Amino acid sequence: MSGEDVLVCGAGITSFARTEASGRQLAVQAVRAALADAALPWSRVRAAYGGSDAAGNADTLVAELGLTGVPFTNVRNGCATGGSALVSAVGAIRSGAADVALAVGFDKHPRGAFDPRPADWGLDEAYGRDGLMVTTQFFAMKIQRYMHDHGISPRTLAQVAEKAYANGVLNPYAWRRKPLDADEILASGMVNDPLTRYMFCSPGQGAVALILCTKAVARELGGTPVGLRAAVVRTRRFGSFEVFSPWAPTGTPTSVSADAAQHAFEEAGLGPRDIDVCQLQDTESGAEVMHMAECGFCEHGEQESLIPFGATGIGGSLPVNTDGGCIANGEPIGASGLRQVHEVVQQLRGRAGERQVPDDPSAGFTHVYGAPGVSACTVMTR
Amino acid sequence: MEGPLSTAPQTGSRLRGSRCADCAVAVYPADPACPRCGGPAEPVVLSATGTLWTWTVQRYAPKSPPYVPPASGFAPFTLGYVELPEGVRVLAVLDVRTEDAEIGMPLAITAGDGVPRATGAVV
Ligand SMILES: [Zn+2]
Repeated sequence: MSGEDVLVCGAGITSFARTEASGRQLAVQAVRAALADAALPWSRVRAAYGGSDAAGNADTLVAELGLTGVPFTNVRNGCATGGSALVSAVGAIRSGAADVALAVGFDKHPRGAFDPRPADWGLDEAYGRDGLMVTTQFFAMKIQRYMHDHGISPRTLAQVAEKAYANGVLNPYAWRRKPLDADEILASGMVNDPLTRYMFCSPGQGAVALILCTKAVARELGGTPVGLRAAVVRTRRFGSFEVFSPWAPTGTPTSVSADAAQHAFEEAGLGPRDIDVCQLQDTESGAEVMHMAECGFCEHGEQESLIPFGATGIGGSLPVNTDGGCIANGEPIGASGLRQVHEVVQQLRGRAGERQVPDDPSAGFTHVYGAPGVSACTVMTR
Repeated sequence: MEGPLSTAPQTGSRLRGSRCADCAVAVYPADPACPRCGGPAEPVVLSATGTLWTWTVQRYAPKSPPYVPPASGFAPFTLGYVELPEGVRVLAVLDVRTEDAEIGMPLAITAGDGVPRATGAVV
């Protein structure tokens, strides 16, 4: 790692439950919460980066936050919007261009599934007409093959969702706050085999803001800053298996998540074994299972001897998605990645309330994966 | 598996893909550029049979538009990736009963009016 150390000195989040508030209103609320958490005024922010996928431009937030002249860069990078904003803010601190920087992600999506169009993906209209432009099919087919190759059972998929809802009950900002057990999840109706309705997250709303600063600023502020040791974004290499692909090459698929995680660990000088708490993209239950191995936390297939025994629960050996993940929080695309970072910051500060991981966790990891083959990862330490 | 590849223009219902001369990467549908190295790719007629790499069932009617249900109305259908000897997995609607779909099963694949379709192969 080169340049200035980067610390998170403020973190703000809104509820991810459905309300009448606009995405921009949520973003302003999150930024104000993050500034209050850092005990810094908006005028002290020297560089700002942020965006949403479907709720407008982040730079317009200055109308509410204050017209300080701060350089504010819009980021619109699909599922990596939050991660890309964070990477930019980290760059501003490391380079010495700013000593206080903001990263903000927000979104608000209509109810129901995302609605892609063949032409936007360079596909023939036939894929839409014949019913193959359905994102959930991809997730189902990826985990179907993975279960075949690595001996993962449908019950394990249900247990991933059961844990997500249980953690959501403990998270006042979560959208889904009702417990559901594995039997109810298995019986909730098949969407795309082997995935049932309650194994999926839904498009939602929410906003998260993070204030980053240098060591010198953190020292002045006191408080309980968290070291942001690595923040990386990667795109796919040849051979990956992605959504809306009319074809894919044979062989074991490459993984952009594995690439991003490896780069993040190298940048941080840490490895998966050093991590006490992690947040992994859980668009549906199968994704969390596969990402545990892709990010290096276990061998392929080992999930079957971890998840059913509570290893990924809050009190387990590797707590995963302690805030309920996407399954309990929904997926506002622009906010999702920074929600994960917010959760790890709170866990490392010992401020996660009822969902606090025991024994003072000292290192955390976050991972986002999205279409069309992009991943963002961070490593943080106390 | 299939015999030597034919490059004759008449392909009947065989899938028309392309293949890079340098890295032997085959793709479907045909693409003038190789997605791996960016070099030129030649048209190629893909094998008519392969095996099922993965599958799922579409249990609910996709959103219309763009989806156009059959005249008889929506019924759950099976879909999956069919792995061909050229080193390509092709997404297809499977004319296979949902309860019969199985990874590794042999399938015959054809190009039709819409997306590729595969049916249980006689082996
Ligand atoms: Zn090539």
